[in-house]
Amino acid sequence: MSFLDFARGPGLQWSLTIMIVGLCWRIVGVFLGRWRRDLSRPRSEALVQGGLRAIITRSAPARDLEKNIRFQHITGYIWHIGLFITVFFYVPHIAFFKSILGFGWLGLPSHLVVIPAAVTLAVLLMLAIRRMTHPVMRTITRPDDYVSLIIIIAALVTGLMAYAHIGLRYETMLALHLVSVEVLFVWIPFSKLSHMFFWLLSRYRIGTYFERKGVKA
Amino acid sequence: MRKDQTLGEYLQAQGVSRRGFLKFCSATASLMALPPSAVAQVAEALASARRPSVIWLSFQECTGCTESLTRSHAPTVESLIFNAISLDYHHTLQAAAGYGAEAARKAAMEENAGKYLLVVDGSIPRDHPYFSTIAGISNLDMLTETAANAAAVIAVGTCAAFGGIPHAAPNPTGAVSVSDIIKDKPIIKVSGCPPIPVVITGVLAQYLTFGAIPELDEHGRPAAFFGQNIHDRCYRRPFYERGKFAETFDDEGARKGWCLYKLGCKGPTTYNACATLKWNEGVSFPIQSGHGCIGCSEPDFWDKGGFYNPISAGNWGSREALLGAAAAGAALGIGSAIAARRRQKKAQETTI
Repeated sequence: MSFLDFARGPGLQWSLTIMIVGLCWRIVGVFLGRWRRDLSRPRSEALVQGGLRAIITRSAPARDLEKNIRFQHITGYIWHIGLFITVFFYVPHIAFFKSILGFGWLGLPSHLVVIPAAVTLAVLLMLAIRRMTHPVMRTITRPDDYVSLIIIIAALVTGLMAYAHIGLRYETMLALHLVSVEVLFVWIPFSKLSHMFFWLLSRYRIGTYFERKGVKA
Repeated sequence: MRKDQTLGEYLQAQGVSRRGFLKFCSATASLMALPPSAVAQVAEALASARRPSVIWLSFQECTGCTESLTRSHAPTVESLIFNAISLDYHHTLQAAAGYGAEAARKAAMEENAGKYLLVVDGSIPRDHPYFSTIAGISNLDMLTETAANAAAVIAVGTCAAFGGIPHAAPNPTGAVSVSDIIKDKPIIKVSGCPPIPVVITGVLAQYLTFGAIPELDEHGRPAAFFGQNIHDRCYRRPFYERGKFAETFDDEGARKGWCLYKLGCKGPTTYNACATLKWNEGVSFPIQSGHGCIGCSEPDFWDKGGFYNPISAGNWGSREALLGAAAAGAALGIGSAIAARRRQKKAQETTI
């Protein structure tokens, strides 16, 4: 079995299985876990509205904080959008999703997807350097953050190299790209990267908490 | 052709002009990525070369490789060179049969000991010697016996080069490639199902010119022919870059000749010269004819998932297995939640 055969076969199979087991475990566990008992009368009954409002309002920093975190805010949006375009609008990626979901969608020309991918990589590298050098960022950074950064950067670098036929033979680069994505699959449920599945849920939950206490979040 | 006749004399007798011969030498040198200065050397060596003795063994195969190599629509210089070799043993092409055929093989081996070329097509069954026999001799015994005094071995076709279709799972005969058995001889693999005819004549020309095997890639194939993947040389590549893909074999994209990646084309991971040399004397190749590359010149091409699944789709198993994983995860989640509730309840009771 060649490296690519492993990456396209057992590697993909096991990493997807681990990711799905981990995500379902966490999501079901969170929903069924014992929630705090209400010991007081709620100040508002509009909990659903509060939850939905938080999803929207938390998408941008509070006005008072904006000045201090503008850089983080803008770069964060840039690379998240760039990564979203790269993952969901590159035709070979869509073919992967289609094989699992049973349906696909329109993709972008390959050379157009390279631009957001390259921008995402550049911003991520910049943020990684900032994280290592900025005293505050360094203090709040945990190994989890570095591991997540390395895995995502590895997936982007190997993907771009495979696309541009740089470095090793194409099938080796493709296998390295697949393996880096498979490591990402395994890492997602057990790290902060799980926010890609939890961000809506957690924002909604915070919104309902605040609403109950009468805070318009 | 007389045995003492040189290749140059033979081609001249066949009406091939000096100009035509030099043209062929230039093309051959170019195909093999040799510098222009090597053309004269190629011409001189080929013109004075004596007929090399070739023993061709066919094992677990479909005769497609022989069909490919002998099907020329016009008498080209390549086919004349192929005719010029002394093909002393070949099941399909030889006139002799039975004991006479085996006697010809033995005689060629004795007369040209250490000098003859051994060409093999087909894989060799290892699980049982009598899965495939010729004149009562197992493929394994015939290969080891014939290879012992060969100058070099050319494994023609993917079966001989990598095991091919007989080697595909579940491999009922225990089929293996030539290189799995022969370890002490130079082996040139001309893979493909079937391989391109000009590749074999190119390899023969190089051997006759330099008396050595050409530069090989990591799988033991001539780098000049297998050095680049089909995707890089495909005329449909611009459509890949522009995101224009055929979704089915009869949609607008297919009619307009768009990229076949989504229909499972294995061009990006297949190394062969199909896109440049093409077939039927440069007329077409599978992708040009509307079907994606199936990667037939690569090891284990039959076991790499469906021919019609895109490379990026991967072989991730089944939806049922993924649903099973989701159910297992949900069960774990329920178990964790119950355990958490019990812990909380116990903690509360302790506090009270």
